[in-house]
Amino acid sequence: MSYLAKFRVWRGDADGGELKDYEVEVNEGEVVLDVIHRLQATQTPDMAVRWNCKAGKCGSCSAEINGMPKLLCMCRMNTFEESETVTVTPMRTFPVIKDLVTDVSFNYQKAREVPAFKPPADLKPGEYRMQQIDVERSQEFRKCIECFLCQDTCHVIRDHEENKEAFSGPRFLMRIAELDMHPLDAADRQKSAQEDHGLGFCNITKCCAEVCPEHIKITDNALIPMKERVADRKYDPIVWLGNKIRRRV
Amino acid sequence: MTELERHTYDVVVIGAGGAGLRAAIEAREQGKRTAIVCKSLFGKAHTVMAEGGCAAAMGNANSNDNWKTHYVDTMRGGKFLNNWRMAELHAQEAPDRVWELETYGALFDRTPDGKISQRNFGGHTYPRLAHVGDRTGLELIRTLQQKIVSLQQEDFEATGDYEANLKVYAECTVTELLKDGDAISGAFGYWRESGRFILFDAPAVILATGGVGKSFKVTSNSWEYTGDGHALAMRAGATLINMEFIQFHPTGMVWPPSVKGILVTESVRGDGGVLKNSEGKRFMFDYVPDVFRAQYAETEEEADRWYKDADNNRRPPELLPRDEVARAINSEVKAGRGTPHGGVFLDVSSRLPAEEITRRLPSMYHQFKELADVDITAEPMEVGPTCHYVMGGVEVEPDTAQSSVKGLYAAGEVAGGMHGSNRLGGNSLSDLLVFGRRAGAGAAMYVESLGENRPQIAEADIDAAAAEALAPFELEGGENPYTIHQELQQSMNDLVGIIRKADEIEQALARLVEFRGRIAKMTVEGHRQFNPGWHLALDLRNMLTVSECVAKAALLREESRGGHTRDDFPGMNADWRKLLLVCSLEGDGDGVTVVKKDQIPMREDLLELFERSELAKYLTEEELPV
Repeated sequence: MSYLAKFRVWRGDADGGELKDYEVEVNEGEVVLDVIHRLQATQTPDMAVRWNCKAGKCGSCSAEINGMPKLLCMCRMNTFEESETVTVTPMRTFPVIKDLVTDVSFNYQKAREVPAFKPPADLKPGEYRMQQIDVERSQEFRKCIECFLCQDTCHVIRDHEENKEAFSGPRFLMRIAELDMHPLDAADRQKSAQEDHGLGFCNITKCCAEVCPEHIKITDNALIPMKERVADRKYDPIVWLGNKIRRRV
Repeated sequence: MTELERHTYDVVVIGAGGAGLRAAIEAREQGKRTAIVCKSLFGKAHTVMAEGGCAAAMGNANSNDNWKTHYVDTMRGGKFLNNWRMAELHAQEAPDRVWELETYGALFDRTPDGKISQRNFGGHTYPRLAHVGDRTGLELIRTLQQKIVSLQQEDFEATGDYEANLKVYAECTVTELLKDGDAISGAFGYWRESGRFILFDAPAVILATGGVGKSFKVTSNSWEYTGDGHALAMRAGATLINMEFIQFHPTGMVWPPSVKGILVTESVRGDGGVLKNSEGKRFMFDYVPDVFRAQYAETEEEADRWYKDADNNRRPPELLPRDEVARAINSEVKAGRGTPHGGVFLDVSSRLPAEEITRRLPSMYHQFKELADVDITAEPMEVGPTCHYVMGGVEVEPDTAQSSVKGLYAAGEVAGGMHGSNRLGGNSLSDLLVFGRRAGAGAAMYVESLGENRPQIAEADIDAAAAEALAPFELEGGENPYTIHQELQQSMNDLVGIIRKADEIEQALARLVEFRGRIAKMTVEGHRQFNPGWHLALDLRNMLTVSECVAKAALLREESRGGHTRDDFPGMNADWRKLLLVCSLEGDGDGVTVVKKDQIPMREDLLELFERSELAKYLTEEELPV
């Protein structure tokens, strides 16, 4: 059942680093994170890796395995050949801190720039009434575990540091869509999605949805509908006419 | 003098799970400058792992429900050892705390008339758990996280600084609480990323650090659960109660070995899943204890009818409180009726249509599919007990959550008393909200009362805390902390686990003494920047202290009750119900002292909520009402 696997892990910090080769034991049913932990316990006690729940629920152990953005805890070793070298590197879109740990503060800044849920003025706590079918749309997006793999893979920022200021990334554009589709949210979000968060940068290649460990249809269900709402408002001739008339009055 | 960064706050909250975030929201809303310090990134705390729901007697699914029934269920679940005042506050306030989450943006599943849907769970008389599929904890933490952000946005509007009154210090570990005389003066810690020291000058500290599961080998808990708050409180002079009571959740994954212990939500049973042994028998009917006999079905037919008509049938025994189900599974496996991998079968595939299973239990479907290659819509799961929750914790004043140390508060799993000897599923999330809020309010009130007379931090205390934190780097050629940790987990699992005996607990205590010696001499390699070996070395100290509390209290309590089962004292004993075991670090050295203390008798109007015949099963003759 057990075998010795070849692992290649990026070791280093903000000043630079390199891929290092290791041979490490693998047992039945293990995932990549188990192997990283075995390396820590037996060969490299100071190897840095983030993790928490080890059950795909917290979104901490994001990294790239053979170049694919993945959760280390949900990537099973039996998806590789025993002879294959497994390469583990930190997420490329964010600055490295040490080894597999990156500085993900970009995401927390962007989160802070999305205006919070605005409760309806006329309802007190306990008076909220919503139908299941209406909450389900936003509920899909609230499955997000904030692993930031979608942010990591998104080509708008993956190799384009210069776009980070104007573009919030799929995670936070989806957050705006989630609030926009919340049955009781009282704020207007569509203009801001385009102007403040860079919805227009997204050209719907769907890479974000492909890497999402929660299988959220980020592009199809959040970003495209959001783009349609923005476009409707901007280019709808009746809305356009209404705006003109109101302005004249 | 130690080199460090220094910050001044009114309130410092340690831990960013449900309790910590709710406490911070309250303290900030009451006008106090508040810091949240957490070991992981913001939004990753263990609360995300909670699956089933948040218990609150809103009466949405069954209008007969009310706080009194919730109170009665909670006391029964805890085998009457609970702090009754905490259980009362919890049952009364939980609905408001849940409704409040909707104003923060939470989206719970709905009833047909648009209210918050509520599901059945073990030990709860009515469907009571507000939920979002089986990812309720994620919804709770994200909602609170987003509320924190909204408060920061308000501060930005007012001051131009998001962090003017409420700041999150993520990936930052507190290693010591500092005191001025008998009052808290601050907290000392380090940034995990850089290893640099940080000091919080603050008169009030709220512990919201969660539990202790990482001292056990098979656990549903994440690495963060190293008993930090429990140990910090003790070192600051506070007391812990009920540490002998550890909840082993009946259903953790058992295969493959690398995922052993990961939680399988109780909602599987709440939604119709049944437990079977290798002979295909629904064995739980054989394990209904006398105290619960009147409330549980005797036949499979009656149990199955209950899912459709709960008012006229008794509940299935699969929904007994967790301690009962965990012991039953343990007995079945011991009797040789277990599954190939040493668990029992949990089957929902023959009970619900496939699409219903994936709708109600999406994360379970996903978890088994990806980690074990098992399709739960087509075949049964293999499950077994896993260390899940510690009922014990810091002894607090129920209304304010203050510990016996001035300025030190505790809420959530790190606090003791609320759940007695066994926590009901769903009562944890509501506990976090109710007592998180109360701790925030209690701390704010205390800071207010101090005025200008704030406790001062002594430089010598800072130097001592720094020296202690760096000690693992000082030695060379010692043992690696990972090895000691694995041995500690194995010992606690084998010797102070789900079923306990005096001689085994004594062996465990002897091993703990040995570990203490080895920990003092261990070596950490590398430097201070994001060094997991060093982090574990510091956490190990806490795990050891907590394990000693668990083992010593477990040896003293000569009865079986809830999360404490003594093979050599199998019965429940009414004289022991009146007693709490209180742990402290009194005297010199590191050793834990445990003393007995009387429980405060239940208030009369609360006592009247029970039939005398039921009380007679738990209370001594003198305690019974006339």
